[in-house]
Amino acid sequence: MADPTATRVRSVFGSWDAVVLLALVLVAVVGAVTVDGAASPRFWRFVTLEAIPIALIALPLTLVVITGEIDLSVASVLGLTCVTVGQLWLWGVTSLPLVIAVAVVLGALLGAINGLFVTGFGLPSLAVTIGTLALYRGLAYVVLGDRAVANYPQSWTTGAIRPIPGTVIPWMILVVGALAVVVGLVLHATPIGRSLYAMGNNAEAARFSGISVGRTKFWLFVVTGAMSALAGVFWTLRFASARADNGTGLELAVVAAVLLGGVSIFGGRGALLGVLAAVALLGTLRNVLQLAYVPANTLTIVTGSLLIASVVGPNLAGRARERLRRRRAIGGPPVTTATPNPGEET
Amino acid sequence: MMRSGTSRPRVASSGVLAALAALAFSVSACADDGTDSNGTGQGGTATSIKEGLKIAFLPKQVNNPYFDTSDNKGGKVAVEEFKGSYSQTGPSEASPSAQVSYINTLSQQGTNVIVVSANDKDAICGALNEARQAGAKVVTYDSDTNPSCRDLFINQATADGIATSQIKLISEAIGPDGGEIAILSATANATNQNAWIEMMKTELAEPENSKLKLVDTVYGDDEDQKSFAEAQALLAKHPNLKGIISPTTVGVAAAARYLSGSTYKGKVQLTGLGTPNQMRAYVKDGTVKSFALWNPADLGYLAAYAGASLASGMITGKEGDTFKAGKLGEFTVGKDATVVLGDPFTFNASNIDQFNF
Repeated sequence: MADPTATRVRSVFGSWDAVVLLALVLVAVVGAVTVDGAASPRFWRFVTLEAIPIALIALPLTLVVITGEIDLSVASVLGLTCVTVGQLWLWGVTSLPLVIAVAVVLGALLGAINGLFVTGFGLPSLAVTIGTLALYRGLAYVVLGDRAVANYPQSWTTGAIRPIPGTVIPWMILVVGALAVVVGLVLHATPIGRSLYAMGNNAEAARFSGISVGRTKFWLFVVTGAMSALAGVFWTLRFASARADNGTGLELAVVAAVLLGGVSIFGGRGALLGVLAAVALLGTLRNVLQLAYVPANTLTIVTGSLLIASVVGPNLAGRARERLRRRRAIGGPPVTTATPNPGEET
Repeated sequence: MMRSGTSRPRVASSGVLAALAALAFSVSACADDGTDSNGTGQGGTATSIKEGLKIAFLPKQVNNPYFDTSDNKGGKVAVEEFKGSYSQTGPSEASPSAQVSYINTLSQQGTNVIVVSANDKDAICGALNEARQAGAKVVTYDSDTNPSCRDLFINQATADGIATSQIKLISEAIGPDGGEIAILSATANATNQNAWIEMMKTELAEPENSKLKLVDTVYGDDEDQKSFAEAQALLAKHPNLKGIISPTTVGVAAAARYLSGSTYKGKVQLTGLGTPNQMRAYVKDGTVKSFALWNPADLGYLAAYAGASLASGMITGKEGDTFKAGKLGEFTVGKDATVVLGDPFTFNASNIDQFNF
């Protein structure tokens, strides 16, 4: 479309990444200047450690949300993976690669169940994954109950959080970075990526233009499950403890990052850079505020407000633009589409 | 701009609503606790505790009445006595990973003593040890970590102390004539419950308790309804029953609710381990004369003094170390770097209104 409105809309939303990045820099700089300890390497080590599992899950979830679906079961997949790692260790499995392989395959299977219900039976992903959120967490309790499995070899636990030589930043961030490059390339530089946006905007039209919507979405759920499982292995080793309640509520943190990163919950819009910046922003902000002695209750309010702002902000901006467009269209043909969610591009 | 129907956006937006609602719920859980405990500031006894120590309490979660009592009514009082700087911080949900984040923050803030109740004995170990390497002393209270991750554990009560106090309370309630008693426990394989019951049997074998006869032990599985039904069944089965001991907070509250609404009220005595908020009504209506639990305020008070003694270099936490804890007197470090608060605290009609947890 060579429509100037569409171009303007695109440029505004193209800059949402920049807005989040700017906010991240702002928080980091203001924090470093005003809060004692927020400039130290240790501070960034802790922020990174917290961000790694969230980023691992946010990467595939971004793609899922762009296609107009959602997966709320990610934290429960993580929890079930944790107890599986624990159970394998109890059974005497001492090969870490084997443990990781089993965990990732399990995660992929759990994701496949989500994908089957959504694409095979055509059920709404919100309903399906709220169901499996409870189901997978329940299974985790069946496996370990209220027990915890600890006592992993130290090479496993310290290995998971070992810093990059010469720094204090954990090496796992390199894995996250590599995966981010892959996901980013797929999303922004391949026909597959374009097809994800297409099905998020209009699944019907995408189908008619030859995109296998069902199969693509199915595999996105599988990948999300596998990545959540990878995050689960990291979680287990980082905390040296496998419990059925590991990561409870983490899905909210991940969804918050994806939405704050500028991915539309309605699908069809968003970029990976914004999401990664949002993961970093949320983690940095929380740690800075914590260092500044802000109590937990206030922290929750801040995170909640940010999430609301990330949903409402673009919406209001879109509405303002729509009004502007109408005013300009006076004299022209009447505007018929008063969409509640303007700013959507095709 | 082609859009196929509106079903997807509507479904998705309800997802946003669900997420926002969940956040709103967690926000609404915040309650401002009026920390009005005024430090007496008379100190003076423990003169060699350094002034200006930064002591932080990290409970399992904030907004929890039990920990607000131990921290703000106990720990804070102690810290003000030795002129340190007190803070309570922690996650709003009782999760180990959230606690780790707070331990990291406390370490960066240069906290001298971290007093923590562990949400998981292993999961917070790494963070605690990193904080210790950075110079903090770690004292656990209420719920311990692996001994390798902390300097001292303040244990609220020993099995022996609990058993002795339970038998003493039921004996006092029933009176000198004695009679049949029964125990309403949690689950049949609960380790601590069974240890206490064994200790109670030993205590009952003592000559001064010869008039008390244990006739039954039943299990309410720490479920309210089941405990209620088990209490009911006990009285039907043993018409001469004079007293019930329920060393679990769920069991003792359920049994009290049954007794208070039955003809046995005041005739069959009940004691156990309970919390003042759950038991207040039954103490006031005469169903229960007294029950026990540790005093969380004393627990926090002792933990603060223990931590300050460690940070001041007065003790190292090895077995046999002794230190003074203000109004509570002198304590000795026992095996596994553990300090025992003492015998359980007895709650009755005269003191129950001073407690809110």
